[in-house]
Amino acid sequence: MADSTKTIEMEVLRYRPEQDKEPFWQTFSVPFTDDWSVLQGLQYIKDDLDSTLSFRWSCRMAICGSCGMMIDGVPKLGCRTFLRHYHPNKLRIGPLENFPIERDLVVVIEDFIKKLESIKPYIIPKEARTLAQGEYLQTPAQLEKFRQFSTCINCMLCYSACPQYGLDPEFTGPGVLALMHRYNADSRDGGRAERMDLGHSEEGFWGCTAVTYCSEVCPKGVDPANAINQNKMGSAIDYFLRFVAPRGAGK
Amino acid sequence: MKRSNAPLVWSLFGAGGMLAALVGPALVFVTGIAVPAGILMSPDLMGYQRMAGFAHAWPGKIIILAVIVLFLWHAALRIFHMLHDFGIHAGTGAKLVCFGLPLLCTIAAAYWLLAL
Amino acid sequence: MSTQTDKRRPYVRSVDGWWKRDPYYMRYMAMEATSVLVAAYAVILLVGLARLSQGEAAYNGWLEALKSGPSIALHAVILVVFLYHLWSWFKVMPKTMPMIFVDGKKLPPETITYTGVTLAVVVNVIVLIILV
Repeated sequence: MADSTKTIEMEVLRYRPEQDKEPFWQTFSVPFTDDWSVLQGLQYIKDDLDSTLSFRWSCRMAICGSCGMMIDGVPKLGCRTFLRHYHPNKLRIGPLENFPIERDLVVVIEDFIKKLESIKPYIIPKEARTLAQGEYLQTPAQLEKFRQFSTCINCMLCYSACPQYGLDPEFTGPGVLALMHRYNADSRDGGRAERMDLGHSEEGFWGCTAVTYCSEVCPKGVDPANAINQNKMGSAIDYFLRFVAPRGAGK
Repeated sequence: MKRSNAPLVWSLFGAGGMLAALVGPALVFVTGIAVPAGILMSPDLMGYQRMAGFAHAWPGKIIILAVIVLFLWHAALRIFHMLHDFGIHAGTGAKLVCFGLPLLCTIAAAYWLLAL
Repeated sequence: MSTQTDKRRPYVRSVDGWWKRDPYYMRYMAMEATSVLVAAYAVILLVGLARLSQGEAAYNGWLEALKSGPSIALHAVILVVFLYHLWSWFKVMPKTMPMIFVDGKKLPPETITYTGVTLAVVVNVIVLIILV
């Protein structure tokens, strides 16, 4: 109801590359009702208080993956986090951790996109089929092997939760490696061998130290930590098997 | 992409971690608290004759070696990761300390066991 | 020569002290830190083995050292650390294991953790019974 309007202090990390040497916190008083998301609070700031504030958003319903941000130090989607959960305290909003800041809440995502492309995130058919041969069939059990890993929306919250990516950006990181596993685990896919050069490397599965916070912050229940770490046993077996069996036997 | 050699240490890390969870608390309690303090257990349990006899037979040698060596390698990988987490990255120095020392200890343990 | 200036000036934040940012990270670091005392215990046993190989007098010296107050206190701390290791080892197990399906449903993480902890407790008790 409109008459139940309250006011919350939103502290936003600002960085305007053309004039600021480094980021600084700016506080805004935002009137809100119980149904307001953090994203709506930011939109209010931009519309009514300071039009220079920059942030990414699109769908407002947790499917586009654009509005990832640090909310009180935790990576969250602005659209599915509510202001009422922070009131009467103030809340702090910063750009996603572990990424360079482009401007205000906008981060540089080129590195993520490059990595996403590098793992061939599409099905490479095991066997070529003509249209006349019909569709590629899959049982519900085969679907379950990868279904949860296919719900990633590329919001990059897991990257902000991953200290290994923060410490060494060469590490491919949780979301992309989970997607690699998603395609490798698909019964219709035959591209595993092409992807596993990266998988077996230090930049791949072995760069993970099982902090598992990525899985905790994922808004879609993808569980990247599980996607990555369940590959270590297989990668290790393949590592040793190379010496006793012909190349590729453990694939 | 260079293949990681992590599986070498990781396999030992995993085996050591599992062993440390399955028998670690019981072993620490017996060898470090119960027997030395004489609680619940007789000091003879770790007497010289008994332990020398245990380490003389092959099953005993293997058990002692597994406990010492796997615990060490389990710890080694975590300490290696911790150095990295604290900002000391995987250089030759870190590798030498984290993996060289356990290797030396492994050789020493095997040597002493064979001497018994 | 181009006169265009790039307005982009990406700001890179430091990751120093990242483990202090979140309690979740601190629990991870605590789990990793158990390794220091696991290593210490292995070294204590290794010294015992060395002493054993040197004969009865040397070995009895090691046994005497174990009986000292500081040694027993240290082992009490090591015991607590091993128990934390036991718990944390099986707490991350659901993440490190391949998925297990029972009747087409994924086994819940709690089931894996509690099965592991129960198994570890049983094995530890068996070891104690054998040794007593």
